[in-house]
Amino acid sequence: MSKRLAIYLMSGREAPELAEAAVEGGADLVELGFPFSDPLADGPVIRRAAERALAQGMRTGPCLEVLAETRVRLPETPLVPMTYSSLLEAYGWDRFAADAHAAGATSMIVADLPAGERPELRRVQLVAPTSTDERIRLAAEQTDGWLYLVTVTGTTGARDELSPALAGLVERARRATDLPLLAGFGISTPEQARAAAALADGIVVGTSALEAAEQGVASLRSYVSTLRAALDETA
Amino acid sequence: MQLSYGEYGGRFVPETLIPALDELEAGWREAWADPAFHEELDELGRTYAGRPTSLTLAERFAPGKRVYLKREDLLHTGAHKLNNALGQALLAIRLGKRRIVAETGAGQHGVAAATVCARFGLECVVYMGSEDMRRQHPNVERMGLLGAEVRPVEFGTKTLKEATSEAIRDWIATVETTHYLIGSCVGPHPYPELVRELQSVIGREAREQLLEAEGGLPEVVIACVGGGSNAIGMFAGFLDDPQVRLIGVEAGGAASLGAGRTAVLHGSRSAVLADEDGQVLDAESISAGLDYPGVGPEHAFLRDSGRVEYVSATDEEALAAFRRLAHTEGILPALEPAHALARVEELDERLVLVCLSGRGDKDLDQVLGAV
Repeated sequence: MSKRLAIYLMSGREAPELAEAAVEGGADLVELGFPFSDPLADGPVIRRAAERALAQGMRTGPCLEVLAETRVRLPETPLVPMTYSSLLEAYGWDRFAADAHAAGATSMIVADLPAGERPELRRVQLVAPTSTDERIRLAAEQTDGWLYLVTVTGTTGARDELSPALAGLVERARRATDLPLLAGFGISTPEQARAAAALADGIVVGTSALEAAEQGVASLRSYVSTLRAALDETA
Repeated sequence: MQLSYGEYGGRFVPETLIPALDELEAGWREAWADPAFHEELDELGRTYAGRPTSLTLAERFAPGKRVYLKREDLLHTGAHKLNNALGQALLAIRLGKRRIVAETGAGQHGVAAATVCARFGLECVVYMGSEDMRRQHPNVERMGLLGAEVRPVEFGTKTLKEATSEAIRDWIATVETTHYLIGSCVGPHPYPELVRELQSVIGREAREQLLEAEGGLPEVVIACVGGGSNAIGMFAGFLDDPQVRLIGVEAGGAASLGAGRTAVLHGSRSAVLADEDGQVLDAESISAGLDYPGVGPEHAFLRDSGRVEYVSATDEEALAAFRRLAHTEGILPALEPAHALARVEELDERLVLVCLSGRGDKDLDQVLGAV
């Protein structure tokens, strides 16, 4: 089975067009960032993108509109909003889930809502190298469709090397679940994509996708296609 | 979610930190139940920090009243922050963590963290907003002299909010070797409880000292509230005395309890200056230590329960109280507790206890610039 490629983009007026370009380049899934003012899990690139998006008025309502527009362009692609608890707290937890679903969301990710909390809120759970086996089991039980493996002990952002912690994390997660495992954080180059996909079922790329997207749709499409090609070599 | 204080508190942090918070909570419970931990902490309090701190009757500051100042400004390093830093340093050592990260606003917590790290031979990194580094420059120099590395934070507001986020991000990346020495009763569980317990020595001592001096309890206890650690430590001594009126004083431009809404910031659900979408707003205060858009979850709980009243004071009122205490008592208070002092005169009650949480040397540029 071919390896899955998830691309993270920040909400904004250009996001639907960028998402379409990412899918043309070979993305299987698009994560759409709903920006928060104080994103603890994010490194400088995603933080700056969030600051810019907020300055452009990308609050929860407009982000949901961007999600709906993206869904019109991409009727088949899984779309997953990724955000932080404060937005859901303000909007209403259940209302957010309902409105995101109505706008076309396939699931969601809440970066600061760890497994075990609000299990009724269906979402993709994250596990990290520091997670105990017990917490990996809990996350696997509660996750929605696939498990997000955070490859590094750290925040989002490009790294020189693929994290050596990934292999052990994949091994532990495999013991807990048969669900697909997608590795994210610190994956930016085709070499890292290939190496990560040799272990996991797919990858998530955020920071470097945002940097490519800043250069326009053609640049993003071309960048995503290099990742796609690297993943297809490992399939 | 296991919320620590009614609907407030919790652990809204990335998964990476959850095992460390579990470890911290277990280590904390064990330490707090261990008489040896208390003995060591009390000994350090006496021989290193200068506890018990004095209780001073401020007769000229408030003629016609009996206003007592709990003199945390006389504690080593000049503020109550050392109570918490000493306790957390001992805890970090028990947990086998030899590297400390901390955030600081006014610089008082950063200095306390740098001090205990020097005392115990721990590596110390302090995150501080570049705007705060400018307005609290002497404390930046002090931290350097104490051997700490001060890392400027250039994001967003360049103040305590961003410094706290950056310290937490450092901790996410270094959690296996590092203890996050949070400076106030904020952050994910168990930090609010841990900091409150370590600061409760203020209220315990003040209660005994006031009983000794006056033969009874104060009518009012008043303290400033930014994150709220000096206030929660002071109030802890009086929460079970329903006849004692408790008042927290926020900075007018940073009144999370007075003007905020429920939101999630730095790992806990509390009262936060936030907009209707849950985005955190900038706080604004002349006092860097109160310049924070959130507050400890226990304060939000105590506000809702009605046990503590929360009011505010403006920059101008705090400056006036600063000068008044200097002229009438020969004490330069920090600008933070000057907010509490500003609300004393108008009280109907006569017997008042004020938490003088720190000294004002660090604020001279601010005060002189504002005159």
